[in-house]
Amino acid sequence: MGLTLTKLAQWSAAGYDTGTLEITPLNEAILQEIIMFMEGFIYKYPKEAKYVFVEPLEWETSLELSAFESGYVVSETTAKSEEVDENGEPLLFLSVPQIKIRSFGQLSHFLFMAKDEKLKEAQACIEANRDPVAKILGSEYNTMQEDSTAFNILDKINEDDDPEIGIKIKLAMLLKQLDLHLLNHSLKHISLEIRLNPVSVNKDIELLKRFSGKGEQTVLESIEYTSDYEFSNGCRAPPWRQIRGEMCYVLVKPHDIEALCITCSAEGVFLNGGKTDDEADIDYERKGEIYKDLVTFLTEKSAKFSENMSKHAIDFKEQQKEMDQPGETSKEEADTLQKAITDSDKKPLEKNQINFGKNQMAKRLEPSLNWKATVDFKDRKSSGKDGQEEKRGGKVEGRTSTSPGRPQLLRKSVERIEEIVSDSSSESEEDEETPDHRQEANADLPSEYWQIQKLVKYLKGGNQTATVIALCSMRDFNLAQETCQLAIRDVGGLEVLINLLETDEVKCKIGSLKILKEISHNPQIRRNIVDLGGLPIMVNILDSPHKSLKCLAAETIANVAKFKRARQVVRKHGGITKLVSLLDCAHHSAEPAQSSLYDARDVEVARCGALALWSCSKSNANKEAIRKAGGIPLLARLLKTSHEDMLIPVVGTLQECASEESYRAAIKAERIIENLVKNLSSENEQLQEHCAMAIYQCAEDEETRDLVRLHGGLKPLASLLNNTDNKERLAAVTGAIWKCSISKENVTKFREYKAIETLVGLLTDQPEEVLVNVVGALGECCQEYENRVIIRKCGGIQPLVNLLVGINQALLVNVTKAVGACATEPESMMIIDRLDGVRLLWSLLKNPHPDVKASAAWALCPCIQNAKDAGEMVRSFVGGLELVVNLLKSDNKEVLASVCAAITNIAKDQENLAVITDHGVVPLLSKLANTNNDKLRRHLAEAISRCCMWGRNRVAFGEHKAVAPLVRYLKSNDTNVHRATAQALYQLSEDADNCITMHENGAVKLLLAMVGSPDQELQEAAAGCISNIRRLALATEKARYT
Amino acid sequence: MDQKALKKLVESISKAVKSFKKSEIECLIRLFHHLVGRTDGKFDNIGLDRNTFRAILYSMFGMTDDMLMNRVFFAFDKDNDNHINVKEWVKGLSVFLRGTFEEKLKFCFEVYYLNGDGYICRDEIFDILKNSLHQQSSEEETDEGIKELVDITLKKMDYDNDGKISFADFERAVREDRLLLEVFGPCLPEAKNCLDFEALAFRNILPSCF
Repeated sequence: MGLTLTKLAQWSAAGYDTGTLEITPLNEAILQEIIMFMEGFIYKYPKEAKYVFVEPLEWETSLELSAFESGYVVSETTAKSEEVDENGEPLLFLSVPQIKIRSFGQLSHFLFMAKDEKLKEAQACIEANRDPVAKILGSEYNTMQEDSTAFNILDKINEDDDPEIGIKIKLAMLLKQLDLHLLNHSLKHISLEIRLNPVSVNKDIELLKRFSGKGEQTVLESIEYTSDYEFSNGCRAPPWRQIRGEMCYVLVKPHDIEALCITCSAEGVFLNGGKTDDEADIDYERKGEIYKDLVTFLTEKSAKFSENMSKHAIDFKEQQKEMDQPGETSKEEADTLQKAITDSDKKPLEKNQINFGKNQMAKRLEPSLNWKATVDFKDRKSSGKDGQEEKRGGKVEGRTSTSPGRPQLLRKSVERIEEIVSDSSSESEEDEETPDHRQEANADLPSEYWQIQKLVKYLKGGNQTATVIALCSMRDFNLAQETCQLAIRDVGGLEVLINLLETDEVKCKIGSLKILKEISHNPQIRRNIVDLGGLPIMVNILDSPHKSLKCLAAETIANVAKFKRARQVVRKHGGITKLVSLLDCAHHSAEPAQSSLYDARDVEVARCGALALWSCSKSNANKEAIRKAGGIPLLARLLKTSHEDMLIPVVGTLQECASEESYRAAIKAERIIENLVKNLSSENEQLQEHCAMAIYQCAEDEETRDLVRLHGGLKPLASLLNNTDNKERLAAVTGAIWKCSISKENVTKFREYKAIETLVGLLTDQPEEVLVNVVGALGECCQEYENRVIIRKCGGIQPLVNLLVGINQALLVNVTKAVGACATEPESMMIIDRLDGVRLLWSLLKNPHPDVKASAAWALCPCIQNAKDAGEMVRSFVGGLELVVNLLKSDNKEVLASVCAAITNIAKDQENLAVITDHGVVPLLSKLANTNNDKLRRHLAEAISRCCMWGRNRVAFGEHKAVAPLVRYLKSNDTNVHRATAQALYQLSEDADNCITMHENGAVKLLLAMVGSPDQELQEAAAGCISNIRRLALATEKARYT
Repeated sequence: MDQKALKKLVESISKAVKSFKKSEIECLIRLFHHLVGRTDGKFDNIGLDRNTFRAILYSMFGMTDDMLMNRVFFAFDKDNDNHINVKEWVKGLSVFLRGTFEEKLKFCFEVYYLNGDGYICRDEIFDILKNSLHQQSSEEETDEGIKELVDITLKKMDYDNDGKISFADFERAVREDRLLLEVFGPCLPEAKNCLDFEALAFRNILPSCF
């Protein structure tokens, strides 16, 4: 119970010692559970109920004396129970409003009497008795000290055989059980917000351990916790990391890649910075994407793992089931909850993803459905599959199953694992998990169904001639219609169509592919095709000498590879290399003149290849595979053509791939930018969109930005801004403008083209995808004075400030930056102030995401600098200063640096400085002093130097050991750090003890060198500091000799 | 061999068949002689009979269906004398090997219509397709299945709804979907077989002749 109270109950922000319980659903649920336990106690454990607490539980009750009935002696202001202990003291004593209770029996009674007030009373009791277990059983049972109870109990048993000890132990156990129960209970609640808990993570790790070891067949070489110590909540992370939701760290050595150090946190599983040099510690910084769970993570990272994992799939699943039994309910609940999350709940999560996948921009416009990975759907799907599996001919079955023994089971579990993998991927937006509804036999079937069934019969039972006729006739149906698509599947047509691909009959293959190409537009059919093992066959067809076959196969692959698992299959069967070689077709001039009637042109082949690569390029591993297969030069060559049909898939592929650093370099090297710019002026909107998107991706690089300008790409970009109907294109174009405007010269051009005015116009009534980019672009433009003026004059400040209330994190980062940039202009600042923008910025400091926090804090700096009565304004934000000071406890370097900068500005006002000093800014700043981050060092030093101006802060900094680390900053390579540090040291040197510390740490020599710096401020500060030290030395000497 | 006669023959054929070079025609003529089994240089009134021709179709062009091979024979044999003479041989091969889409279209149509009335009628289709289904259970059921298949075919190809397929119907259907060119069974060699045949037949031509 104590544990739950400490760990999980949500205490109000006021702090632990004086805290009250917040009224949250979780707390309420915990309290309800406690009340239920207490009420039932007297009936369940009558003997223990008589046990007298070591110390009474004491609190202020609101219960009236009149509530006490029989069994109590009630006087005017007091009430006491007739039940007394050995010494005749009553077990319940109420002296309004203070109440003391000393047994569970009385507690039960009391709760019974409290009736409707139960919850309130229980809350008051727990608030007043922060460690009830210690009071009940004595301090040796104090649960605040982790997990010591069990040991203490054992000790006690050994010591003596006092009968009371027996009861105590029983009680301790009961309380422990309650605690566990509460923990489990609250876990259910917490699973609303998180996906992982220590139980499931540990289970996963245990399972993986069983399948790890030396040898080819294991899934991993080794998997180990970094720490052997497990806290009683199942976590292994140190408590200060647990606060951040992290549970444990694992060292994993897969077969095929280097060892990974992985953090398992409540949010998911991700790669951390690995063991630091001194071996004892871990670099906790996140280094990669967040995955749903460990298996997903490893499947993505290690090909060997996923391969062997699929071999072990059955065992793993079965074992997991076994282990799952006890925890099943909570897991299921989590799943159903996940399903039940309403759209509004999903949104923030979805937004969070933006930071993880760079290439998402285009697709954010489509609603992502991949949250709907529901358990019951999967079950239904696999049961449907069973039926299908039975129907299928022997040939297909032999091919698709890896082991003849239990092919169905194996296939199913493999698929389920893969399904999970694809769900978690950040790139699988198109994974539409639409429920697999098969048409019921007794339902009203459309006439097409029967006709298609007849045709499939001919496919099955006819020779080549009959098959071709049936195939041609089938295409007379409207294959774009879902009824027909599903009818083909439901009568077993897919299996036959795929089987036909394996025959030698070119005509049958062509006919079959033509149908597959059409029906694979349906997401369900795609999955079915992959499940039936259609992709490897199509990949093989890519080698065929028949061009039209190649084309059709590539086009079908393009349709099927819209979801992750399919893309993986294409890659694993060498499809990427083959597709890339299709791109080369356009340049075999020495083709034999002989061309069959069924053949297509070379250009067409290349186009289809590009189309398929475009689909495949949505997976990161495929991007790499395309590059390795030499795809980039070929794409670059195809980009020189003028066929739109060709350009769209080519640019589409490039744009997908440009999310990878290696591609961006290659794109620059292959002179692709020039052609991208050229095609911006194309007539085709889709082509424009993809070109803009590709530029957006590539323009992170400065040289590329210059290239865009040199090839005249800025003007078409600016003019595309005027067409706002096509939102996808607008998002891409504004994105490109944003990234391009990071270069000053480009901004000047944009100003020439009046793009800034247009951008301001786009600040309202646009989807978030567009807004993020527009605001980002404005933020970059705002770095220049003229542009700030333009934005103000166009009335851009109001819409910007309005956007500060959004929830899209990427947008907030950009908006805060833009508002901050505007605030450097006093005139703009007035407008921001009038619109209450500073308050909005300030409240963003509470945003859960560190990027937003940091960006808001940076934006506050110019606001405070340029606002009139800045001090008064800052003070007017209730609790604002405390909020800022507390942000110094963050462990994000950027947040810390920004907050230091904000504090520097806040501290310019004496009164505010006094307030933040009271909030303990000095020890917090001092604690940060040991850092190697130059940005943080600079702002920290500035903040320290400002904060020295109040009271005995100088001395306090010395006492908190901030001085010695500061001296070391002088060894940094950054002059900004030097200047700030010298100024801080100068301020600190006003205190004699600090001078001594500085001198001991060799500050004088370093400062002497700085006196010679060309930077005047640095010179002065260094000199001033030396002079203070010297003066002290002289004074001491004088004191010694007189 | 009588070089003069050969030259003359080549000349006359090359006027009718444009898709082959003269040297190639010469090769084909030689091949024809080789196949006919005569080397006396007389070209009149000789030719490949049906069985020999079928053997050639089988071995060189990979065709297997007896009925279709017969029909191909009749399509080659323009003058209906039950022999394929050298001119018919070269002309037929030009469609096989180098035929344009239109030529092939015409050729296939000729293969498929039997009675020479210029239409492929329901009975003919039934005849052609009667072996196209693997024996299911009873003969009756198979017949039923083939009847339905004929219906399907007519539904697809009989645009003017007169119950038979005219050349215009056929052309329109094939232009819409090229897979329908050999709708009633393979009557053209596959590209690979063509290449093999050419390589074999023209192997004696020196590069200088090109």
